[in-house]
Amino acid sequence: MGYELNFGALLEYQDVLLSGLWMTVKLTVVSTLLGIMLGILGAAARRHRNPFLRHGSKAYVELIRNTPFIVQLFFIFFGLPAIGIKMTEVEAGILALVINLGAYLTEIIRAGIDNTPKGQIEAARTLGLSSRQIFIRIILPPAFQRVYSSVVSQCIIVMLGSAVVSQISVQELTFAANFIQSRNFLSFESYLVAALLYLLLAFLMRLIFNLIGSRAFSREEKQS
Amino acid sequence: MSLVSVRDVHKYFGDLHVLKGIDLDVKAGEVVSIIGRSGSGKSTLLRCMNGLESYDQGAIILDGMEVSTDEFQVRKLSQSVGMVFQSFNLFPHLTVGENIMLAPTLIKKTNKAEAKKLAQEVLEKVGLGDKFGQYPEKLSGGQQQRVAIARSLAMKPKVLLCDEITSALDPELVGDVLKVLEQLAAEGMTLILVTHEMNFARDVGDRVVFMHQGKVHETGDAKTVLADPQTPELRQFIGAVL
Repeated sequence: MGYELNFGALLEYQDVLLSGLWMTVKLTVVSTLLGIMLGILGAAARRHRNPFLRHGSKAYVELIRNTPFIVQLFFIFFGLPAIGIKMTEVEAGILALVINLGAYLTEIIRAGIDNTPKGQIEAARTLGLSSRQIFIRIILPPAFQRVYSSVVSQCIIVMLGSAVVSQISVQELTFAANFIQSRNFLSFESYLVAALLYLLLAFLMRLIFNLIGSRAFSREEKQS
Repeated sequence: MSLVSVRDVHKYFGDLHVLKGIDLDVKAGEVVSIIGRSGSGKSTLLRCMNGLESYDQGAIILDGMEVSTDEFQVRKLSQSVGMVFQSFNLFPHLTVGENIMLAPTLIKKTNKAEAKKLAQEVLEKVGLGDKFGQYPEKLSGGQQQRVAIARSLAMKPKVLLCDEITSALDPELVGDVLKVLEQLAAEGMTLILVTHEMNFARDVGDRVVFMHQGKVHETGDAKTVLADPQTPELRQFIGAVL
Protein backbone atom coordinates (compact mmCIF):
# COMPACT_ATOMS: atom_id res chain seq x y z
CA MET A 1 0.00 0.00 0.00
CA GLY A 2 1.28 3.40 -0.97
CA TYR A 3 1.94 6.46 1.14
CA GLU A 4 -0.85 9.00 1.09
CA LEU A 5 0.33 12.58 0.81
CA ASN A 6 -1.22 15.02 3.20
CA PHE A 7 -0.10 18.58 2.53
CA GLY A 8 -3.33 19.95 3.98
CA ALA A 9 -2.15 19.03 7.46
CA LEU A 10 0.74 21.49 7.07
CA LEU A 11 -1.65 24.41 6.77
CA GLU A 12 -2.20 24.53 10.47
CA TYR A 13 1.52 25.18 10.84
CA GLN A 14 1.80 27.83 8.17
CA ASP A 15 2.67 30.53 10.70
CA VAL A 16 5.61 28.47 11.94
CA LEU A 17 6.75 27.88 8.38
CA LEU A 18 6.43 31.53 7.39
CA SER A 19 8.24 32.83 10.43
CA GLY A 20 11.01 30.29 9.76
CA LEU A 21 11.21 31.44 6.17
CA TRP A 22 11.36 35.06 7.31
CA MET A 23 14.21 34.25 9.71
CA THR A 24 16.13 32.55 6.88
CA VAL A 25 15.66 35.64 4.73
CA LYS A 26 16.92 37.88 7.52
CA LEU A 27 19.93 35.65 8.21
CA THR A 28 20.75 35.61 4.51
CA VAL A 29 20.47 39.36 3.93
CA VAL A 30 22.56 40.30 6.95
CA SER A 31 25.24 37.65 6.44
CA THR A 32 25.47 38.36 2.69
CA LEU A 33 25.99 42.10 3.21
CA LEU A 34 28.48 41.69 6.06
CA GLY A 35 30.16 38.72 4.36
CA ILE A 36 30.80 40.73 1.19
CA MET A 37 32.31 43.53 3.24
CA LEU A 38 34.49 41.08 5.11
CA GLY A 39 35.53 39.44 1.84
CA ILE A 40 36.59 42.80 0.39
CA LEU A 41 38.55 43.64 3.54
CA GLY A 42 40.14 40.18 3.50
CA ALA A 43 41.16 40.58 -0.12
CA ALA A 44 42.53 44.06 0.58
CA ALA A 45 44.53 42.66 3.50
CA ARG A 46 46.00 40.02 1.19
CA ARG A 47 47.77 42.72 -0.83
CA HIS A 48 48.58 45.05 2.06
CA ARG A 49 52.19 45.99 2.66
CA ASN A 50 51.88 44.98 6.32
CA PRO A 51 52.94 41.29 6.47
CA PHE A 52 50.79 40.61 9.57
CA LEU A 53 47.65 41.58 7.66
CA ARG A 54 48.75 39.57 4.62
CA HIS A 55 49.50 36.39 6.52
CA GLY A 56 46.58 36.91 8.91
CA SER A 57 44.16 37.03 6.00
CA LYS A 58 45.69 33.94 4.46
CA ALA A 59 45.52 32.02 7.74
CA TYR A 60 41.88 33.05 8.21
CA VAL A 61 40.92 31.77 4.76
CA GLU A 62 42.74 28.46 5.24
CA LEU A 63 41.26 27.95 8.71
CA ILE A 64 37.69 28.46 7.58
CA ARG A 65 37.94 26.62 4.27
CA ASN A 66 39.44 23.54 5.87
CA THR A 67 37.05 23.04 8.80
CA PRO A 68 33.36 22.03 8.79
CA PHE A 69 30.84 24.84 9.07
CA ILE A 70 28.97 23.09 11.84
CA VAL A 71 32.13 22.91 13.92
CA GLN A 72 32.73 26.62 13.38
CA LEU A 73 29.16 27.28 14.47
CA PHE A 74 29.38 25.08 17.58
CA PHE A 75 32.71 26.62 18.49
CA ILE A 76 31.20 30.10 18.40
CA PHE A 77 27.98 29.22 20.21
CA PHE A 78 29.14 26.56 22.68
CA GLY A 79 32.90 27.12 22.81
CA LEU A 80 33.28 30.89 23.13
CA PRO A 81 31.13 31.23 26.29
CA ALA A 82 33.89 29.29 28.07
CA ILE A 83 36.12 32.33 27.66
CA GLY A 84 33.34 34.74 28.50
CA ILE A 85 32.03 35.56 25.03
CA LYS A 86 28.30 34.90 25.09
CA MET A 87 25.71 35.66 22.47
CA THR A 88 22.20 34.70 21.44
CA GLU A 89 21.59 31.88 18.95
CA VAL A 90 20.77 34.34 16.20
CA GLU A 91 23.89 36.41 16.85
CA ALA A 92 26.06 33.30 16.89
CA GLY A 93 24.39 32.02 13.72
CA ILE A 94 24.97 35.29 11.88
CA LEU A 95 28.54 35.54 13.09
CA ALA A 96 29.33 32.02 11.90
CA LEU A 97 27.72 32.64 8.50
CA VAL A 98 29.55 35.96 8.05
CA ILE A 99 32.92 34.50 8.99
CA ASN A 100 32.36 31.54 6.69
CA LEU A 101 31.17 33.59 3.71
CA GLY A 102 33.89 36.19 4.29
CA ALA A 103 36.63 33.58 3.95
CA TYR A 104 35.35 32.16 0.67
CA LEU A 105 34.72 35.64 -0.73
CA THR A 106 38.21 36.77 0.27
CA GLU A 107 39.59 34.06 -1.96
CA ILE A 108 37.15 34.75 -4.81
CA ILE A 109 37.68 38.52 -4.80
CA ARG A 110 41.44 38.09 -4.50
CA ALA A 111 41.39 36.03 -7.69
CA GLY A 112 39.59 38.89 -9.44
CA ILE A 113 42.10 41.39 -8.11
CA ASP A 114 45.05 39.31 -9.27
CA ASN A 115 43.83 39.71 -12.83
CA THR A 116 44.04 43.51 -12.77
CA PRO A 117 46.27 44.66 -15.63
CA LYS A 118 49.45 46.09 -14.10
CA GLY A 119 49.33 49.02 -16.49
CA GLN A 120 46.11 50.34 -14.96
CA ILE A 121 47.71 50.48 -11.54
CA GLU A 122 50.73 52.25 -13.02
CA ALA A 123 48.50 54.73 -14.82
CA ALA A 124 46.69 55.46 -11.55
CA ARG A 125 49.98 55.92 -9.69
CA THR A 126 51.18 58.25 -12.41
CA LEU A 127 48.01 60.31 -11.97
CA GLY A 128 48.87 60.68 -8.29
CA LEU A 129 46.36 58.33 -6.64
CA SER A 130 47.30 56.83 -3.27
CA SER A 131 47.41 53.07 -2.72
CA ARG A 132 44.05 53.17 -0.99
CA GLN A 133 42.44 55.24 -3.73
CA ILE A 134 43.87 52.87 -6.31
CA PHE A 135 42.41 49.85 -4.52
CA ILE A 136 38.96 51.35 -4.04
CA ARG A 137 38.59 53.22 -7.33
CA ILE A 138 40.68 51.32 -9.84
CA ILE A 139 41.25 47.74 -8.73
CA LEU A 140 38.14 46.74 -6.83
CA PRO A 141 35.22 47.65 -9.15
CA PRO A 142 36.42 45.72 -12.24
CA ALA A 143 37.75 42.89 -10.05
CA PHE A 144 34.38 42.54 -8.36
CA GLN A 145 32.68 42.55 -11.73
CA ARG A 146 35.03 39.83 -13.04
CA VAL A 147 34.12 37.46 -10.20
CA TYR A 148 30.55 38.60 -9.66
CA SER A 149 28.93 35.33 -10.72
CA SER A 150 31.15 33.38 -8.31
CA VAL A 151 30.29 35.83 -5.53
CA VAL A 152 26.59 35.32 -6.22
CA SER A 153 26.95 31.52 -6.16
CA GLN A 154 28.84 31.68 -2.88
CA CYS A 155 26.18 33.87 -1.30
CA ILE A 156 23.52 31.36 -2.38
CA ILE A 157 25.58 28.53 -0.91
CA VAL A 158 25.63 30.41 2.38
CA MET A 159 21.86 30.96 2.24
CA LEU A 160 21.43 27.18 1.85
CA GLY A 161 24.07 26.58 4.51
CA SER A 162 22.09 28.71 6.94
CA ALA A 163 19.96 25.58 7.44
CA VAL A 164 22.75 24.34 9.69
CA VAL A 165 22.14 27.07 12.27
CA SER A 166 18.91 25.24 13.15
CA GLN A 167 21.29 23.03 15.13
CA ILE A 168 21.74 25.78 17.71
CA SER A 169 17.96 26.41 17.77
CA VAL A 170 17.80 29.42 15.52
CA GLN A 171 14.18 29.27 14.41
CA GLU A 172 14.67 29.44 10.70
CA LEU A 173 13.15 27.42 7.87
CA THR A 174 14.81 24.06 8.58
CA PHE A 175 14.08 24.44 12.28
CA ALA A 176 10.43 25.02 11.37
CA ALA A 177 10.33 21.92 9.17
CA ASN A 178 11.91 19.86 11.96
CA PHE A 179 9.40 21.21 14.41
CA ILE A 180 6.39 20.49 12.20
CA GLN A 181 7.35 16.94 11.34
CA SER A 182 8.07 16.18 14.98
CA ARG A 183 4.48 17.18 15.73
CA ASN A 184 2.57 15.57 12.89
CA PHE A 185 5.09 12.99 11.62
CA LEU A 186 4.63 14.21 8.05
CA SER A 187 8.37 14.19 7.31
CA PHE A 188 7.96 13.79 3.58
CA GLU A 189 5.64 16.76 3.22
CA SER A 190 7.44 19.00 5.71
CA TYR A 191 10.88 18.61 4.19
CA LEU A 192 9.57 18.74 0.65
CA VAL A 193 7.89 22.07 1.33
CA ALA A 194 11.05 23.36 3.03
CA ALA A 195 13.13 22.26 0.05
CA LEU A 196 10.81 24.05 -2.37
CA LEU A 197 10.99 27.21 -0.31
CA TYR A 198 14.82 27.07 -0.36
CA LEU A 199 14.66 26.57 -4.12
CA LEU A 200 12.42 29.61 -4.43
CA LEU A 201 14.76 31.69 -2.26
CA ALA A 202 17.79 30.65 -4.30
CA PHE A 203 15.96 31.57 -7.49
CA LEU A 204 14.91 34.96 -6.12
CA MET A 205 18.41 35.68 -4.85
CA ARG A 206 19.93 35.01 -8.23
CA LEU A 207 17.31 37.22 -9.85
CA ILE A 208 17.97 40.11 -7.47
CA PHE A 209 21.76 39.80 -7.81
CA ASN A 210 21.46 39.73 -11.60
CA LEU A 211 19.32 42.87 -11.57
CA ILE A 212 21.82 44.65 -9.33
CA GLY A 213 24.70 43.42 -11.48
CA SER A 214 23.23 44.51 -14.78
CA ARG A 215 22.60 47.98 -13.39
CA ALA A 216 25.95 48.35 -11.65
CA PHE A 217 28.07 46.95 -14.46
CA SER A 218 26.31 48.52 -17.41
CA ARG A 219 28.65 49.88 -20.07
CA GLU A 220 25.96 51.77 -21.94
CA GLU A 221 26.82 55.32 -22.86
CA LYS A 222 26.03 57.72 -20.02
CA GLN A 223 24.26 60.98 -20.62
CA SER A 224 26.22 63.66 -18.83
CA MET B 1 67.81 75.47 -15.68
CA SER B 2 66.57 72.18 -16.97
CA LEU B 3 63.14 70.82 -16.14
CA VAL B 4 64.44 67.26 -16.07
CA SER B 5 67.96 66.43 -15.11
CA VAL B 6 69.32 62.88 -15.17
CA ARG B 7 72.79 62.44 -13.64
CA ASP B 8 74.85 59.29 -13.96
CA VAL B 9 71.88 56.96 -13.47
CA HIS B 10 72.53 53.24 -13.16
CA LYS B 11 69.91 50.57 -12.96
CA TYR B 12 70.11 46.81 -12.53
CA PHE B 13 67.46 44.14 -13.04
CA GLY B 14 69.11 41.46 -10.95
CA ASP B 15 72.46 40.85 -12.64
CA LEU B 16 71.44 42.72 -15.75
CA HIS B 17 72.95 46.21 -15.93
CA VAL B 18 70.25 47.99 -17.97
CA LEU B 19 71.22 51.64 -17.47
CA LYS B 20 74.95 52.30 -17.37
CA GLY B 21 75.42 55.89 -16.34
CA ILE B 22 72.82 57.99 -18.13
CA ASP B 23 73.15 61.78 -18.27
CA LEU B 24 70.36 63.76 -19.84
CA ASP B 25 68.96 67.28 -19.49
CA VAL B 26 65.64 68.41 -20.85
CA LYS B 27 64.66 72.07 -20.86
CA ALA B 28 61.09 73.33 -20.58
CA GLY B 29 59.39 73.30 -23.97
CA GLU B 30 61.78 70.79 -25.51
CA VAL B 31 60.63 67.74 -27.45
CA VAL B 32 63.09 64.92 -26.93
CA SER B 33 62.81 61.57 -28.70
CA ILE B 34 64.54 58.58 -27.18
CA ILE B 35 65.22 55.95 -29.81
CA GLY B 36 67.05 52.65 -29.86
CA ARG B 37 66.61 48.92 -30.20
CA SER B 38 64.37 47.03 -27.81
CA GLY B 39 66.36 46.17 -24.73
CA SER B 40 68.51 49.27 -24.99
CA GLY B 41 66.99 50.64 -21.77
CA LYS B 42 64.93 53.48 -23.22
CA SER B 43 61.61 52.56 -21.62
CA THR B 44 63.33 51.84 -18.33
CA LEU B 45 64.91 55.29 -18.40
CA LEU B 46 61.54 56.90 -19.04
CA ARG B 47 59.92 54.92 -16.22
CA CYS B 48 62.69 56.01 -13.86
CA MET B 49 61.81 59.64 -14.54
CA ASN B 50 58.46 59.52 -12.74
CA GLY B 51 59.20 56.92 -10.10
CA LEU B 52 57.54 53.91 -11.70
CA GLU B 53 60.93 52.24 -11.69
CA SER B 54 63.67 52.64 -9.13
CA TYR B 55 67.32 53.31 -10.00
CA ASP B 56 70.34 52.11 -8.12
CA GLN B 57 72.78 54.95 -8.49
CA GLY B 58 72.83 58.57 -9.62
CA ALA B 59 70.09 61.17 -9.41
CA ILE B 60 67.06 62.32 -11.32
CA ILE B 61 65.66 65.77 -10.57
CA LEU B 62 62.34 66.71 -12.10
CA ASP B 63 60.91 70.19 -11.64
CA GLY B 64 63.16 70.62 -8.62
CA MET B 65 62.07 67.36 -6.97
CA GLU B 66 64.21 64.30 -6.46
CA VAL B 67 62.57 61.34 -8.20
CA SER B 68 62.08 58.16 -6.19
CA THR B 69 59.59 55.28 -6.02
CA ASP B 70 58.39 56.30 -2.55
CA GLU B 71 54.58 56.64 -2.73
CA PHE B 72 54.52 60.11 -1.22
CA GLN B 73 57.18 61.31 -3.65
CA VAL B 74 55.45 59.73 -6.65
CA ARG B 75 52.25 61.52 -5.71
CA LYS B 76 54.08 64.82 -5.43
CA LEU B 77 55.77 64.23 -8.77
CA SER B 78 52.43 63.48 -10.42
CA GLN B 79 51.62 67.19 -10.18
CA SER B 80 54.47 67.93 -12.60
CA VAL B 81 54.80 64.91 -14.82
CA GLY B 82 52.21 62.97 -16.80
CA MET B 83 52.65 59.68 -18.58
CA VAL B 84 51.00 57.97 -21.52
CA PHE B 85 51.52 54.24 -22.05
CA GLN B 86 51.69 51.91 -25.00
CA SER B 87 48.64 50.00 -23.78
CA PHE B 88 46.46 53.10 -23.09
CA ASN B 89 45.53 51.87 -19.59
CA LEU B 90 42.17 53.58 -19.45
CA PHE B 91 40.02 52.47 -16.53
CA PRO B 92 37.42 50.18 -18.16
CA HIS B 93 34.67 50.70 -15.58
CA LEU B 94 34.68 54.48 -15.94
CA THR B 95 33.40 56.55 -18.84
CA VAL B 96 35.79 58.69 -20.84
CA GLY B 97 34.70 61.72 -18.84
CA GLU B 98 35.08 59.91 -15.52
CA ASN B 99 38.53 58.66 -16.51
CA ILE B 100 39.62 62.25 -17.04
CA MET B 101 37.86 63.78 -14.03
CA LEU B 102 39.11 61.17 -11.55
CA ALA B 103 42.54 62.61 -10.76
CA PRO B 104 41.59 66.30 -10.76
CA THR B 105 38.71 65.68 -8.32
CA LEU B 106 40.60 63.23 -6.08
CA ILE B 107 44.03 64.80 -6.08
CA LYS B 108 43.52 68.47 -6.79
CA LYS B 109 40.09 68.60 -5.12
CA THR B 110 38.67 70.36 -8.14
CA ASN B 111 34.88 70.58 -7.75
CA LYS B 112 32.77 68.44 -10.02
CA ALA B 113 31.42 71.17 -12.28
CA GLU B 114 34.88 72.56 -12.87
CA ALA B 115 36.39 69.11 -13.43
CA LYS B 116 33.69 68.43 -15.99
CA LYS B 117 34.48 71.64 -17.82
CA LEU B 118 38.17 70.80 -17.74
CA ALA B 119 37.51 67.26 -19.03
CA GLN B 120 35.39 68.59 -21.87
CA GLU B 121 38.16 71.07 -22.71
CA VAL B 122 40.94 68.49 -22.93
CA LEU B 123 38.66 66.13 -24.87
CA GLU B 124 38.00 68.86 -27.45
CA LYS B 125 41.73 69.36 -27.66
CA VAL B 126 42.32 65.75 -28.69
CA GLY B 127 39.33 65.85 -31.03
CA LEU B 128 36.97 63.64 -29.00
CA GLY B 129 34.55 66.16 -27.56
CA ASP B 130 31.59 63.88 -28.33
CA LYS B 131 32.89 60.87 -26.39
CA PHE B 132 32.45 62.17 -22.85
CA GLY B 133 29.82 59.64 -21.74
CA GLN B 134 31.20 56.68 -23.67
CA TYR B 135 33.01 53.72 -22.12
CA PRO B 136 36.58 53.02 -23.32
CA GLU B 137 35.70 49.61 -24.79
CA LYS B 138 33.51 51.35 -27.36
CA LEU B 139 36.44 53.39 -28.71
CA SER B 140 39.12 52.50 -31.24
CA GLY B 141 42.71 52.15 -30.09
CA GLY B 142 43.62 55.54 -31.48
CA GLN B 143 40.70 57.16 -29.70
CA GLN B 144 41.56 55.42 -26.44
CA GLN B 145 45.11 56.68 -26.69
CA ARG B 146 43.92 60.22 -27.27
CA VAL B 147 41.69 59.93 -24.20
CA ALA B 148 44.74 58.75 -22.26
CA ILE B 149 46.60 61.86 -23.40
CA ALA B 150 43.63 64.03 -22.42
CA ARG B 151 43.54 62.35 -19.01
CA SER B 152 47.18 63.27 -18.45
CA LEU B 153 46.67 66.82 -19.68
CA ALA B 154 43.83 67.38 -17.22
CA MET B 155 46.45 67.32 -14.45
CA LYS B 156 48.29 70.13 -16.23
CA PRO B 157 51.71 68.50 -16.16
CA LYS B 158 54.87 70.40 -17.04
CA VAL B 159 56.29 67.43 -18.86
CA LEU B 160 54.57 64.53 -20.59
CA LEU B 161 56.33 61.18 -20.86
CA CYS B 162 55.19 59.03 -23.77
CA ASP B 163 56.20 55.38 -23.77
CA GLU B 164 55.85 54.02 -27.33
CA ILE B 165 52.34 55.37 -27.43
CA THR B 166 51.70 54.52 -31.07
CA SER B 167 53.24 51.03 -31.07
CA ALA B 168 50.00 49.20 -30.24
CA LEU B 169 47.96 51.05 -32.85
CA ASP B 170 46.88 50.03 -36.32
CA PRO B 171 48.92 52.05 -38.81
CA GLU B 172 45.97 54.12 -40.00
CA LEU B 173 45.29 55.32 -36.43
CA VAL B 174 48.83 56.45 -35.66
CA GLY B 175 48.46 59.76 -37.50
CA ASP B 176 45.67 61.09 -35.27
CA VAL B 177 47.70 60.46 -32.14
CA LEU B 178 50.84 62.03 -33.58
CA LYS B 179 48.82 65.06 -34.65
CA VAL B 180 47.79 65.62 -31.04
CA LEU B 181 51.42 65.40 -29.92
CA GLU B 182 52.45 67.81 -32.63
CA GLN B 183 49.86 70.29 -31.46
CA LEU B 184 51.05 69.94 -27.86
CA ALA B 185 54.62 70.51 -28.96
CA ALA B 186 53.56 73.63 -30.82
CA GLU B 187 51.88 74.93 -27.65
CA GLY B 188 55.16 74.56 -25.79
CA MET B 189 54.54 71.35 -23.84
CA THR B 190 57.71 69.54 -22.80
CA LEU B 191 57.62 66.05 -24.30
CA ILE B 192 59.93 63.12 -23.72
CA LEU B 193 59.03 60.25 -26.00
CA VAL B 194 60.28 56.75 -26.43
CA THR B 195 59.35 56.19 -30.03
CA HIS B 196 59.90 54.33 -33.26
CA GLU B 197 58.34 57.12 -35.33
CA MET B 198 61.48 58.47 -36.98
CA ASN B 199 59.61 60.96 -39.14
CA PHE B 200 57.94 62.42 -36.09
CA ALA B 201 61.25 62.55 -34.21
CA ARG B 202 62.82 64.43 -37.10
CA ASP B 203 59.98 66.79 -38.01
CA VAL B 204 58.54 67.63 -34.59
CA GLY B 205 61.30 66.70 -32.16
CA ASP B 206 64.03 69.09 -31.10
CA ARG B 207 66.49 66.50 -30.00
CA VAL B 208 67.16 62.82 -30.46
CA VAL B 209 68.75 60.57 -27.87
CA PHE B 210 69.97 57.27 -29.30
CA MET B 211 70.37 54.62 -26.63
CA HIS B 212 72.50 51.56 -27.15
CA GLN B 213 73.30 48.86 -24.57
CA GLY B 214 72.22 50.96 -21.61
CA LYS B 215 74.08 54.13 -22.57
CA VAL B 216 73.36 57.32 -24.47
CA HIS B 217 75.30 56.42 -27.57
CA GLU B 218 74.66 59.47 -29.66
CA THR B 219 72.58 62.59 -29.14
CA GLY B 220 72.00 65.98 -30.69
CA ASP B 221 69.70 68.10 -32.80
CA ALA B 222 67.02 65.83 -34.26
CA LYS B 223 67.41 66.77 -37.91
CA THR B 224 71.20 66.67 -37.86
CA VAL B 225 71.55 63.42 -35.98
CA LEU B 226 69.01 61.56 -38.08
CA ALA B 227 70.32 62.93 -41.39
CA ASP B 228 73.95 62.40 -40.57
CA PRO B 229 74.52 59.81 -37.84
CA GLN B 230 78.09 59.73 -36.56
CA THR B 231 78.28 56.22 -35.14
CA PRO B 232 77.90 52.95 -37.06
CA GLU B 233 75.34 51.70 -34.48
CA LEU B 234 72.97 54.61 -35.10
CA ARG B 235 73.53 54.37 -38.86
CA GLN B 236 72.62 50.71 -38.72
CA PHE B 237 69.57 51.39 -36.50
CA ILE B 238 68.23 54.09 -38.79
CA GLY B 239 68.80 51.84 -41.77
CA ALA B 240 66.78 49.10 -40.07
CA VAL B 241 63.76 51.19 -39.08
CA LEU B 242 63.36 53.49 -42.06
